[in-house]
Amino acid sequence: MFDKTVYLDNAASTRLDERVLEAMKPYFFDTYAVATSEFGYSMGIESKEGLERSRKVIASALGGDANEIVFTSGSTESSNMAIKGVLSALKGKKDDHLIVSRLEDFDVLNTAKMLEKQGYKVDFIDVDSEGVLDLEMLKAAITPQTALVSIQYANQEIGTVQDIKAIADICKEKEVLLHTDATHSFTRLPLDVSQIPVDLVTVSAHTIHGPRGVGALYIREGTPINKWMDGGFQEFDLRAGIENIPGAVGFATAVELVTPEENEQLKAMRDRIIERVQSEISHVTLNGSATSRLPQNANLTFHYVEGESITLHLDMMGFAVSTGSACFSRSLEASHVILGIGGDHERAHGSLRFSFGRFNTMEDADAIIDALKEVVENLRAISPLSADD
Amino acid sequence: MTFPYSKEVLEHFRNPHNVGKMDDPDGKGLEGSAACGDMVAVYLKVNPDTLIIEDISFESYGCASNIATASIITELAKGKTLEDAKKITWKEAAEALGGLPPVKAHCSVLAVEGLRSAIRDYEEKHGMVVEDEPTDEEVVRRRLKHVMNPIKGLDIIRTELVMKIEINEGNVRVVIDLPSHHQFAAAIKEDIIEKLEALWDVESVTVDFIS
Repeated sequence: MFDKTVYLDNAASTRLDERVLEAMKPYFFDTYAVATSEFGYSMGIESKEGLERSRKVIASALGGDANEIVFTSGSTESSNMAIKGVLSALKGKKDDHLIVSRLEDFDVLNTAKMLEKQGYKVDFIDVDSEGVLDLEMLKAAITPQTALVSIQYANQEIGTVQDIKAIADICKEKEVLLHTDATHSFTRLPLDVSQIPVDLVTVSAHTIHGPRGVGALYIREGTPINKWMDGGFQEFDLRAGIENIPGAVGFATAVELVTPEENEQLKAMRDRIIERVQSEISHVTLNGSATSRLPQNANLTFHYVEGESITLHLDMMGFAVSTGSACFSRSLEASHVILGIGGDHERAHGSLRFSFGRFNTMEDADAIIDALKEVVENLRAISPLSADD
Repeated sequence: MTFPYSKEVLEHFRNPHNVGKMDDPDGKGLEGSAACGDMVAVYLKVNPDTLIIEDISFESYGCASNIATASIITELAKGKTLEDAKKITWKEAAEALGGLPPVKAHCSVLAVEGLRSAIRDYEEKHGMVVEDEPTDEEVVRRRLKHVMNPIKGLDIIRTELVMKIEINEGNVRVVIDLPSHHQFAAAIKEDIIEKLEALWDVESVTVDFIS
């Protein structure tokens, strides 16, 4: 039924690359021992080798060392581990103060909100109308009591990329630890921890054609952090539980398959959709930065129409995209990101996110623009709202 | 696995009936707002002798649930007298659509509101409305029957979410039996304010949650 779907929601999840699956298969069928059995039998050694090779690949992609990578179940766990782990380790030494941006994905935002309810002091830093963090506000918010700053590298919804070097330099100067959620920028944008003093980095396989359910947290050596999940002693005694070795191998393979040429292709599709939509459909607003944005993300608001209606019509025409409309989500809340950049509810309701992946083509971008022209025109024809109001 | 919408909802969404702005309507109603993400305008042509709705159309800024309900409401109301059309309920519309997801109830109830508002507009224009009644607890309760509880897909009165209603010199306070951080608290609050602010003698509306 989904054979013909043009999938443009790669920020939510990507199709697994078959080469990734091939790399994972032996770890399901041949080398399936747990890595902790390395001292007991040879299959355990092979498993351990697979895990450690994968760790090296992820570390290398970030410019860190293998012993600074902890495999997790994905971004949510990585960010929870970073934030809760550091705050727990610094409890009593700093005054439980956490700083995050207003645009963070839910893995950070809801973790911060939950900690706030538990008595931690949390500051939510504003961004400008393009989603760029206010660095002066960040500087002003950091106090001697600040335990951790958590700022995403690039936004999941509007694609705006933060000046992570400037943010890291501020944190370094103020001697505060920095965590960044790099889920959507990993391998798409450079982030070299040997050059940028970021202490913890969340990454995930599911955004780059790797398997779902595996991610990693980079933890700079020496960073104070407690384990937040009790159990066995795996992953340097920081992440309990049997290692997902096929997942780790798949993640590493996915990382190795990303090329600069692919990122250029994503950027070309992104630019095509932004340019054509803006020139061929009236009353459209680009959300996020025009210049500093993820290569794979375009986010546009189609005024006077509601996002869920657009996505449903597009689905009937064979396209899958996402919207910031409240109606799209079970929470009944409009996108906190669009509201966070100063957009009103109407702008959020009519926003669509197009996120590209390896298996998209320029024809996909052109085809969805043609479909959009029809859908938006039809929905505007029945809308009580118009530019004349 | 299918969409959480019935095939009737999808059909009305795809091919809505009685769509478009009506020139020179006898009655019109506009409910909701772009800020809430859902808005419905309903237009009527009424036979002045029989008070039968002879033509009806709608415009919608909303999701599939909103568009489909507006479409079915116009079908249900066409050919009915104003009195009978007033009695059309959201439940009736939802049943005619083969069911609506409870979480989408707030989006679709607007179509019923839009129809009633258009009928009221006609009645006011034709001297059929007597003096406005003063807002008391009963009036507030009646209005709150149009605020949906998305947890159950029924209104907040029937699902006993309303703990207290206080009215003091035009200031209305409603206490809701949900924690303020509940995922639907903000949407319910917005809906309550919208429904009560419109009353002619209401100055302010406060919605409080139990914690």
